[in-house]
Amino acid sequence: METLSSLADGFAIAITWQNMLLALLGCFLGTVMGALPGLGPSNGVAILIPLAFTLGLGATPSLILLTSVYYGAMYGGRISSILLNIPGDEPAMMTCLDGYPMAQKGQAGEALAISGIASFVGSFFATWGLIFLAPQLVKIALLFGPAEYFALFALAFATLGGVSSTNQAKSAFAAALGLGLAMIGVDTQTGVPRFTFGEVHLYDGLDFLVAIVGLFALSEVFIFLEHRHGNADAADKKITIGRLTPPMSMIKQCTPTMLRSTFLGFLAGVLPGAGASLGSFISYSMEKKLVDKGTFGKGDPRGVAAPEAGNNAAAGGALVPMLALGVPGSGTTAVLLAVLLSLNITPGPLLFTQNPDVVWGLIAALFIANFMLLAMNIPMVGLFTRILMVPPKVLMPVVAMVSFVGIYGISGSTFDLQVMIGFGLLGWVLRKFDVPLVPIILGTLLGNAMESNMRRAITIDDGNWGTLVDSPLALGLWAIAIIGFILPVLVGKMIKSKMRRDDESSLSD
Amino acid sequence: MSDRIFGVVGLLLAAFYIWAALIIEESFLSDAVGPKAFPIIIACVLALASIVIALKPDPEPVWPSLGRLAEILAAAVVMFLYSMLLPEIGFIFATIFAASYLAWRLGSTFIGSVLTGVGTSVGIYVIFHLVLGLSLARGPFGF
Repeated sequence: METLSSLADGFAIAITWQNMLLALLGCFLGTVMGALPGLGPSNGVAILIPLAFTLGLGATPSLILLTSVYYGAMYGGRISSILLNIPGDEPAMMTCLDGYPMAQKGQAGEALAISGIASFVGSFFATWGLIFLAPQLVKIALLFGPAEYFALFALAFATLGGVSSTNQAKSAFAAALGLGLAMIGVDTQTGVPRFTFGEVHLYDGLDFLVAIVGLFALSEVFIFLEHRHGNADAADKKITIGRLTPPMSMIKQCTPTMLRSTFLGFLAGVLPGAGASLGSFISYSMEKKLVDKGTFGKGDPRGVAAPEAGNNAAAGGALVPMLALGVPGSGTTAVLLAVLLSLNITPGPLLFTQNPDVVWGLIAALFIANFMLLAMNIPMVGLFTRILMVPPKVLMPVVAMVSFVGIYGISGSTFDLQVMIGFGLLGWVLRKFDVPLVPIILGTLLGNAMESNMRRAITIDDGNWGTLVDSPLALGLWAIAIIGFILPVLVGKMIKSKMRRDDESSLSD
Repeated sequence: MSDRIFGVVGLLLAAFYIWAALIIEESFLSDAVGPKAFPIIIACVLALASIVIALKPDPEPVWPSLGRLAEILAAAVVMFLYSMLLPEIGFIFATIFAASYLAWRLGSTFIGSVLTGVGTSVGIYVIFHLVLGLSLARGPFGF
């Protein structure tokens, strides 16, 4: 009951003109960014953070804007999957499998509508899950001391590569690189400069926003330049949508699918290192095992509903560890963590007691955004399909310039812009080598907190390093971290190759 | 082969990082751990990961041709120039220049790229500066 009254307070905070407008704007921008291939949820949120920050929005309004973008991108990704067979973002990959065949049969409108409903069901129940699960997790997190936090951070890095990672060594490399970059600047505990090499600009450390925008947004621009991919993928295809209302029988047929997928997706989202892509993958595979009678992959509406409910539920689930522990489980939630940190809010158990307005306002806004998205994504979906016609040769210069404007707006410093270009090039090179970028971001975000927790734990215990593995809780976390790191080496290859095979078979049709 | 080179570069980076950590001047007021320990642990992880990458390389990535590589470097140089020009000639002109260049290199026609450049620049100026009040770089003419 206490939870429900907090939620009611949250609605009181969220329902103001400013917040409603921001949610609407966020939903719209998010859907657009999700729909456009080349701009996914993490890029989209990354570009908008500096803007939200420089516009002087408060904590709750900024978070409402950016999480609406996050939820919106999860909805938008399906549009180009269904219409063009090109996933708008990574989690929407599985939607191609049945969405595109439906579109070829002239049922594009129905596929968009049923996937919109599935997205709604997924996010709606996942947000309820967030409400009930996060406070429970907070109770556990309150038992954590510095040593446990250090282990928890290690766990986050160990599992971030996740089961879909191809090469754990490269994930570890990325995490170490990110942590190493975070060390640059004046040491917070003793006041000595580290790794600055006399450069005054570096004394403050590297701004993680600069790193995020460079790695995510600018490297995307470089990728497009490399392939000189300037024309819209939609340019030479005729898009016909057809009727936008799915028949009742189709909704009925899909309801059990949606509910099962929501549950699985939410679970995948909460677990560290899984995220939305895995959520949509396991939901689809599960449904295929359960109800397939040879129609999956040939335009079965349940094959559209399952991954969409799954990835939206996972998006909601991924917010649980981010808000309750301050440790994100996926790429986009890592970027959302950057939002919180740049607003001087430390996520974690204390967030719920110290800033309940932020948490519950955000959760209430998620409910409202979800209804807005449903309204936007079914009747107005035609508008978004037209956005697919915007060619990258127009879009990418805009993305680059908006990134520059955002970063310049924060600091007004040319040096930061140059560092950002450096990160853009670095991001391009690392993507070529298949090195994941998310651990780098997480490293720059959490590096200082991780170090200070380690040093605090050891200092409290008079310089005894053994204190890091002294309590059963810490030992448990380390065990999960080690298993989480090693397991993908064994199981990951199997899942990854299956994911790829499913994807290829869809393209060969 | 690429991964082997990558691993060796990573290893050199780790060595450099350890050296840079060792020359940190410690303050006379220090905690039990000091400012060097954690960076050195990280560098060890970096080194281990690099060794594994070098010993067990992934399939070769698809490298672009030399021309494409030059394309990317040229774009980076243009962006770098943009950052230098921004405080000199102001937001509008610098942005027209940089956005037009990018649009041109992505395959727009001459007129198309100029239009993209002007549209991007003026659009951002109107939305972010005039409507939202974000401060942008000012040039000699005040914009």
